[in-house]
Amino acid sequence: MNSLTRLLGWVDDRFPLTKLWKEHLSEYYAPKNFNFWYFFGSLALLVLVIQIVSGIFLTMHYKPDAGLAFYSVEYIMRDVDWGWLIRYVHSTGASMFFVVVYLHMFRGLIYGSYRKPRELIWIFGMLIYLALMAEAFMGYLLPWGQMSYWGAQVIVNLFAAVPFIGPDLSIWIRGDYVISDATLNRFFAFHVAALPLVLIGLVVAHIIALHEVGSNNPDGVEIKKHKDPVTHIPLDGIPFHPYYTVKDIVGVVVFLMVFSAIVFFAPDLGGYFIEYNNFVPADPLNTPTHIAPVWYFTPFYAVLRAVPPMFGSQFPGVIAMGVAVVIIFFLPWLDRAPAKSIRYRGPIYKTALTLFVISFVGLGWLGMLPVTPLYTLLSQILTTVYLGFFLLMPWYSKIDKCKPVPERVTG
Amino acid sequence: MGIQCMSQNEVDRSKRRFLIAATTAVGGIATIGVAVPFLASWMPSQRAKAAGAPVEVDISKVEPGMILNVEWQGKPVWIVNRTKEMMDLLGKHDDQLVDPKSEAKQQPEYCQNAMRSRAEHANILVAVGICTHLGCSPSEKMKAGPVSGLGDDWPGGFFCPCHGSKFDLAARVYKGVPAPTNLVIPPYKYLSDNRILVGDDSKGA
Repeated sequence: MNSLTRLLGWVDDRFPLTKLWKEHLSEYYAPKNFNFWYFFGSLALLVLVIQIVSGIFLTMHYKPDAGLAFYSVEYIMRDVDWGWLIRYVHSTGASMFFVVVYLHMFRGLIYGSYRKPRELIWIFGMLIYLALMAEAFMGYLLPWGQMSYWGAQVIVNLFAAVPFIGPDLSIWIRGDYVISDATLNRFFAFHVAALPLVLIGLVVAHIIALHEVGSNNPDGVEIKKHKDPVTHIPLDGIPFHPYYTVKDIVGVVVFLMVFSAIVFFAPDLGGYFIEYNNFVPADPLNTPTHIAPVWYFTPFYAVLRAVPPMFGSQFPGVIAMGVAVVIIFFLPWLDRAPAKSIRYRGPIYKTALTLFVISFVGLGWLGMLPVTPLYTLLSQILTTVYLGFFLLMPWYSKIDKCKPVPERVTG
Repeated sequence: MGIQCMSQNEVDRSKRRFLIAATTAVGGIATIGVAVPFLASWMPSQRAKAAGAPVEVDISKVEPGMILNVEWQGKPVWIVNRTKEMMDLLGKHDDQLVDPKSEAKQQPEYCQNAMRSRAEHANILVAVGICTHLGCSPSEKMKAGPVSGLGDDWPGGFFCPCHGSKFDLAARVYKGVPAPTNLVIPPYKYLSDNRILVGDDSKGA
């Protein structure tokens, strides 16, 4: 026994290091038929690390003060050595986080990864998505540009639409009568401390729950149903390490190529990743002519705008937007189909899913555009389709003609 | 004592339940008590409240047809000197408005009139320039007619660029736009003919 093994033994007697390694990597058996859709979970983890590291370094130069914030960001961009790179990595990371997470969620949709027994994985995942939205929204205020300011003004005012307590609630959130220094300071606290802690905790819970029940796969069959009688290892399972760690490295390389291309050649991505108006310092007395949130919020923003005010209140629109997000939590109980994976599901679900994707992308596009009667009508139609996908699912997923699901994965 | 307890293996479950409930209740109340100062720390600070103090404005340089932007509580407040023509146009589109008579409490009582202003200076409009939809600041489109880009019959007013809400020159909201109510008229009073105090309408000194 060499000294390294002895050291490991010493640690293992005091901390379950080898046990953790085995449970989560070398003896965590994942289905052998993962395809490229399964890259996005590990990529999301990678982006989280990128954001935490780049964020910590930005904090070393940034000033959370309404009078200094905008210029401290410009200072990072111009005067801090490599500051521009760290800042663009962080801003690109924010958008790429949502790209990866949306694809990860879509994977769940097509292969039924949210179905029993993975409901809690789905719920933890949705909580991560909510925390991520809050994290992104609060982070967007920090550069204190025009879009930062007025975007925050619009979103915080959503709370003012709550009946009775609304106006006081929005003052409480802002800490002032308008978005101000107090708001910037508390958003900073949430963005750099509170929400990252919550995010990391939720990611841990998401992975613990996943490793407890095991991963789903493109066939949507349970590999734990067929185990080797002697070793009790699933017949269709392969150890995560080295098989999927190596496979994920390929995904990481491709992802980093795209990521670097954006950081180096188009960091604002034509106004989609950083809006042009945000290069103008916040001016509380002057609203930009066109306000739109960053692209990852626009589908829900379009839902908000699609609902007209009722009874002298805009609360119905706020409710609709909230419902559009919260309804996704309930997917595991809305879906009643006998098959999990799209491979064995019938034409109705395939049509419904296509319509859903069209409505989501369409709403995202409409949410970036100014209001016109035609666009409002389109938003209303697509909002109906979006909500219909979920609300009608218990019915259409039941009557859909699914194909027989195989016993084992098809490779 | 110890020996006695070991010999009596019986557990007094009801006492245990009571102690758990009592500990939980006391701990819960303490948690709420501790949470209060933290949550209350989010309210506007004393300094922010002080910044919300009334603002005195000199309007002698605001010619008819002009608008002056001032800041009160950090919000934009418009002071518009409406011309005779502007005021004449105000009564002619009541059917297009949500609340032409200003029945919703969006203004002090002394401004609940056709011009939404104090009677002694009816031409001067004082309004908080924050859209009642989601808090953008509408842009001024005070010139009537097609130059506004809002149609030939536009009587002059304000247009919110965020979500397309329209307001007339009495800051009243049009029908069919996202904003639900008229713009807020803040409390204000005249200190003299040319000096307004925005944010305070108390009588006397």
